[in-house]
Amino acid sequence: MAVNDTVQSLGVKRTVIRTVAALIGMFAFAFALVPLYDVFCSVTGLNGKVDTTAKAIIHEEVDQSRYITVQFITRGSAGLPWRMSVETRQMRVHPGQTAEVDFTFTNNSHVESWGRAVPSVSPSSATTHLRKVSCFCFQEQQLQGDERLTIPLIFQLARDLPEDINTITLVYTLYPVHHLVKDISKNDNKTIGDSI
Amino acid sequence: MAPKLPPQHSLQHSSTAAAGGHSHHDHAAQPKGILRWVLTTNHKEIGSLYLIFSLTMFFVGGIFALVVRAELFQPGLQLIEPEFFNQMTTMHGLIMVFAAVMPAFTGLANWMIPLQIGAPDMALPRLNNFSFWLLPVAFTLLLSTLLMPGGGPNFGWTFYAPLSTTYAPASTTFFILALHIAGISSILGAINIIATILNMRAPGMRMMDMPLFVWTWLITAFLLIAVMPVLAGVITMMLMDINFGTSFFDAAGGGDPVLFQHLFWFFGHPEVYIMILPAFGIVSAIIPTFARKPLFGYASMVYATAAIALLSFLVWAHHMFIVGLPLTAELFFMYSTMLIAVPTGVKVFNWVTTLFRGSISFEPPMLFALAFVVLFTIGGFSGLMLAIAPADFQYHDTYFVVAHFHYVLVPGAIFAIMAGVYYWLPKWTGYYPNERLAQCHFWCSIVGVNLTFFPMHFAGLAGMPRRIPDYALQFADFNMLSSIGAFFFGASQLMFVLVVVMCVRGGKKAPAKAWEGAEDLEWSVPSPAPLHTFETPPVFNRTHHHD
Repeated sequence: MAVNDTVQSLGVKRTVIRTVAALIGMFAFAFALVPLYDVFCSVTGLNGKVDTTAKAIIHEEVDQSRYITVQFITRGSAGLPWRMSVETRQMRVHPGQTAEVDFTFTNNSHVESWGRAVPSVSPSSATTHLRKVSCFCFQEQQLQGDERLTIPLIFQLARDLPEDINTITLVYTLYPVHHLVKDISKNDNKTIGDSI
Repeated sequence: MAPKLPPQHSLQHSSTAAAGGHSHHDHAAQPKGILRWVLTTNHKEIGSLYLIFSLTMFFVGGIFALVVRAELFQPGLQLIEPEFFNQMTTMHGLIMVFAAVMPAFTGLANWMIPLQIGAPDMALPRLNNFSFWLLPVAFTLLLSTLLMPGGGPNFGWTFYAPLSTTYAPASTTFFILALHIAGISSILGAINIIATILNMRAPGMRMMDMPLFVWTWLITAFLLIAVMPVLAGVITMMLMDINFGTSFFDAAGGGDPVLFQHLFWFFGHPEVYIMILPAFGIVSAIIPTFARKPLFGYASMVYATAAIALLSFLVWAHHMFIVGLPLTAELFFMYSTMLIAVPTGVKVFNWVTTLFRGSISFEPPMLFALAFVVLFTIGGFSGLMLAIAPADFQYHDTYFVVAHFHYVLVPGAIFAIMAGVYYWLPKWTGYYPNERLAQCHFWCSIVGVNLTFFPMHFAGLAGMPRRIPDYALQFADFNMLSSIGAFFFGASQLMFVLVVVMCVRGGKKAPAKAWEGAEDLEWSVPSPAPLHTFETPPVFNRTHHHD
């Protein structure tokens, strides 16, 4: 009886140690998923996540046989009193051709603020075939009060773009850069959305 | 008021306990009154506490649901503000999932697992006490957020970021803390259950001799160990996004709201199986008893349960078909989800085959178990419809989804819990539940449940979105039916309370083996089960078992 009890309590202790180790492992795994998710998305181009570093133009023969429709969508954000517009909503390019399109940022408030345009590409299978040579989305932007700024996006579609893709949509969503916006909200409460 | 359950028969049996050489149960020092319940380490008393807590929360969550249904009785806004409506839908979901269904299963596990494997108590009795008393703390905190400035959680029980971070009420930090405490409670309960099942079975009882309720709970406990830390991780990330300026789920800082959904459903899908696997175990105990036949396909039941648990880790993104997944992912998650229908089909087949040519009688536990099989299967079929990715674009976030998960949770999980309560009440109290009243409870429940949730299928297919306080006029009839059904169902649950209270107080005396066809070890101890059982391990007799 006593021997059985010791065997049993040793067994219980072993089970508890193992389950607690599994628990700690799973908690760490949840946090490890955050960088793993980013790596997975940027390797596969899933989720429309774009590499935010400039790429060099690759000089390759332009594929005159195909036209790809590239659409641009710009979205503002609560908390940033900016307007973002694009010179054309839609353009047609050949794979391999380098194209340029102007984006205009307008600060509607009277104070300086910082913002960032976060890019996304749809369909996500096109992501890895899109080379951005120059993009405002590579870094944060600063606008003085009432300033208007025009920045070009220069991009190229790779020739190996999958056959079934005829339309690519580039979406840019503006976000305030937080630490600086907070300072502004002290001076200019009216123009700042209530989400901060 | 200290509940009377279970009666203290410890003194009569303490002599046999002493003969077994145990000294850790010191009866003379046992506290009286309320302290007895606060300090108890007895698995039966803790099991009762869990069940009473769960029943209380079932009514709290039920009242929240009735507030929602009252507002939806007619189109237009009449009773409550939309902000409060959102808090009610959210709190209804949170309370029902984390405070009603999960503690009810843990309560049944506490009561029945030691009795079914011939163990004197749970492996870690003090931890058991702690994991129960965390629950009232967690849910008092959660409910108190309703009274805070800005109100309680209003972002749905799935608390998608950034709705639950950037746009959430100020009380969200308390919501996170409450969920952390409830999560710790579940985790500690799971550790205890695993340690008990793996180490404390009666001599001679192999793993494949264990009753299915024990098996399904063992697998559920492993699921809890695997996914509750992920939930803890997600809400910790939310906490940091809200309070410490990180950007896990904030696109402005390089985070991603879709990541929240991946992490949440990586927890959330196994979580829905946590709420159904023990129900499978209960039904697998009841159907053979009242069909007076051994369970058909015991081993395949065990393997099917394990298969469902493993598959539950590979299907999470079927909740996210419309976030813009690539085609490959849509296909993968569609097929893996449909694959779950195979082991679930094995289970339903086994239950039906157990019934085939059985000598069936229709006592209340059996009625609830049979209703479970039929109505859970309906919920399973609507789940299959939702699993079809292209069709889900139409169904997503409509009342069709609401109908689906209420069919698997109400006549699924909750009917199984009620079946289990009716089945084991004679063992707990020594008396049979009042047959006529229990039958009446069953028939009212089954009418109420179908009247409430069946019309939701049609409202959803016609395009009515979830989580809205007002709706277009063409949905008015379906919603009125649902609301009538909901109030009828809610009122019939008062009969359940009445049956339980009457059964604790008295009734027809039950023998040790309360049901003619019942075979598991718990029926070898007297009814009501004395406070201490199996102090000397029972001799496990394999002849009436599954091989």
